[in-house]
Amino acid sequence: MNMLEIKNLHASINGKEILKGINLTVNPGKVHAIMGPNGSGKSTLGSVLVGNPAFEVTEGEVLFEGKDLLELSPEDRSREGLFLSFQYPVEIPGVSMVNFMRAALNEHRKYKGLEPVSATDFLKLMREKRAIVELDNKLASRSVNEGFSGGEKKRNEIFQMAMLEPKLAILDETDSGLDIDALRIVANGVNTLKSPENATIVITHYQRLLDYIKPDVVHVLYKGRIVKTAGPELALELEEKGYDWIKQEVDEA
Amino acid sequence: MKAENQYINLFTQYEQLINQHAAEPLNAKRKEAFADFQRAGFPAKHEEDYQYTDVAGAFAPDYGVNLNKITIPVNPYDVFRCDVPNLSTALYFVVNDSFYDKITPAVEFPEGVYAGGLNNFARQYPDIVNRYYGKAAKTSHDGIIALNTMLAQDGFVLYVPKGVAVEKPIQLINIFRSDVDTMANRRILIIVEAYSEAKLLVCDHSADPVRFLSTEVIEIFVEEGTRFDYYDLEESTTDTTRFSSLHVKQAAASNVLVNGITLNNGLTRNNYYIELEGEYAETTLCGMSILDKTQHVDTYSFVTHAVPNCTSTELFKNVLNDCSTGAFSGRILVKQDAQKTAAYQTNRNLVATREARMYSKPQLEIYADDVKCSHGMTTGQLDENALFYMQSRGLSLEEARMMLSVAFTADVIDHVHLEGLKDRLGILVDKRFRGELAHCSGCNVCHS
Repeated sequence: MNMLEIKNLHASINGKEILKGINLTVNPGKVHAIMGPNGSGKSTLGSVLVGNPAFEVTEGEVLFEGKDLLELSPEDRSREGLFLSFQYPVEIPGVSMVNFMRAALNEHRKYKGLEPVSATDFLKLMREKRAIVELDNKLASRSVNEGFSGGEKKRNEIFQMAMLEPKLAILDETDSGLDIDALRIVANGVNTLKSPENATIVITHYQRLLDYIKPDVVHVLYKGRIVKTAGPELALELEEKGYDWIKQEVDEA
Repeated sequence: MKAENQYINLFTQYEQLINQHAAEPLNAKRKEAFADFQRAGFPAKHEEDYQYTDVAGAFAPDYGVNLNKITIPVNPYDVFRCDVPNLSTALYFVVNDSFYDKITPAVEFPEGVYAGGLNNFARQYPDIVNRYYGKAAKTSHDGIIALNTMLAQDGFVLYVPKGVAVEKPIQLINIFRSDVDTMANRRILIIVEAYSEAKLLVCDHSADPVRFLSTEVIEIFVEEGTRFDYYDLEESTTDTTRFSSLHVKQAAASNVLVNGITLNNGLTRNNYYIELEGEYAETTLCGMSILDKTQHVDTYSFVTHAVPNCTSTELFKNVLNDCSTGAFSGRILVKQDAQKTAAYQTNRNLVATREARMYSKPQLEIYADDVKCSHGMTTGQLDENALFYMQSRGLSLEEARMMLSVAFTADVIDHVHLEGLKDRLGILVDKRFRGELAHCSGCNVCHS
């Protein structure tokens, strides 16, 4: 059984079709990169997979570990082991990171039939996971993302990923807005969390992040379809030649 | 004048009886109050400040008034025993409209401090009461104050003489306890003399499933250099109607905090009048309400900057569910001489259903030219992006809503500087949003 199986996925927003028949299979231990020019539907794919209600799935099927993903609520998708690192993490004034993460973790545990985590274990876990992305304790005790810099927000996303230990993580433009040091920290965090049991989908416009997070497979998304799939060398080729040659190939076909 | 008639008749018939059970300084005000009530009547719905609350309608039913001061069989200490270890207060009770003097807390206050029944205090210290009673809440101001002054026979008083810091917070629990529909006219008189400090928490509770109506007039006089915190927590029932009128007169360099929180109620009108009369005085006036069913909270504030260099900060928040309604009207008056005034007002409302209604109106009236004033009002729903973000981390939609609602009220709770109460309120607000405080059967501040 494949971990993730997307078959002929169509999705639209406000009646406008963005995804026009995506087919993609992801298996444990693998890193998939999804690249493509602006507006090709990369972020939409991430949003649809985690159940963002702004998008409507009009056709197709998504199986996650054999389960019909599209039938699940966003929270159940998370509890099943899906995680999206948001391109634009949301600020939530008044909700502390600590309370937020404790609530999230306990919901995950409840779903698995486990008891809520004890206060001491939780704090210990927070400390451990914080270290992975070098997130300051002060940030962890503040309101969720409130007043965080762009880099801090992205690190906070990976911190949450570390806390929830997803089976499949989707990183949506996690490199955007990061300076080179922050990029290294974030990438290092992702690599640390990598295991033969989990998988990662890296959505990115640039090849830069892929220098740090090495993909096994590279896909190019264009006009709502995956138009090319190859090894890591494809990313380098795109870096060198841009997207025009692919656009041309597709548009001529 | 239909709704007024029963109260006019009541007073005409029982004036003597009312006077019999009250001290002279309270009685001295009645004739004038009666005249003012007859003239003004209840504020009408067409009056600008009362558009959203039907006052006459609220006073129309026939409530019993315990003018004869018959002792109500209740031991509030049994019903409302306070057992939060962190909230250690000197605890007093007013049952309906009478101070409960059977047991008073064993507290040693600094010399000269008086906390207790107003009627008793007025008998012992008529000069002090004559000097202050009715001086901030004038009966000519409106018909409700007039009615209260006309009928009030007792209440609570806190007197702190010059240069005394009362360390122990004082708590007053107003209890409604009756087997028949009952009206209570309550008074609170607070005098904090120069360079003194005190904190008072007032909790309103209704103990029985009958209809209750209260008028509450609170007068607070703070002299130069004082610090006074006033917390007001209403946890009553949907059959409780309350008209509260709080008046603060602040002298120079005094610092006052008023925080009014409505966790459960029926129909509530809270009026706040703050008069900054001495330079460098500071006021923080805030409050919040959590409303559902057909609950109604109408908040009116009037802050007067009469002299230069004073600061007032106002923050009111409402969360409305079901068919509840809220109203906020905030007026700031900066007089011509009040240069270097800083006056800020914020009103934020969360309207969670289509049926709930919120009416908000800021009013700034500024006659000085060198001032910093601002007002901001927002009424909206929970942030959809935040809800989805939280869901995507595994929180149910319901849980996410709850957390965001609690977060919405957090900054009002932050303005609670009473050890134990702040944490307790945090828990109560959480429970309230979870629907676990639907019935008020006791003091939730004190009972875990």
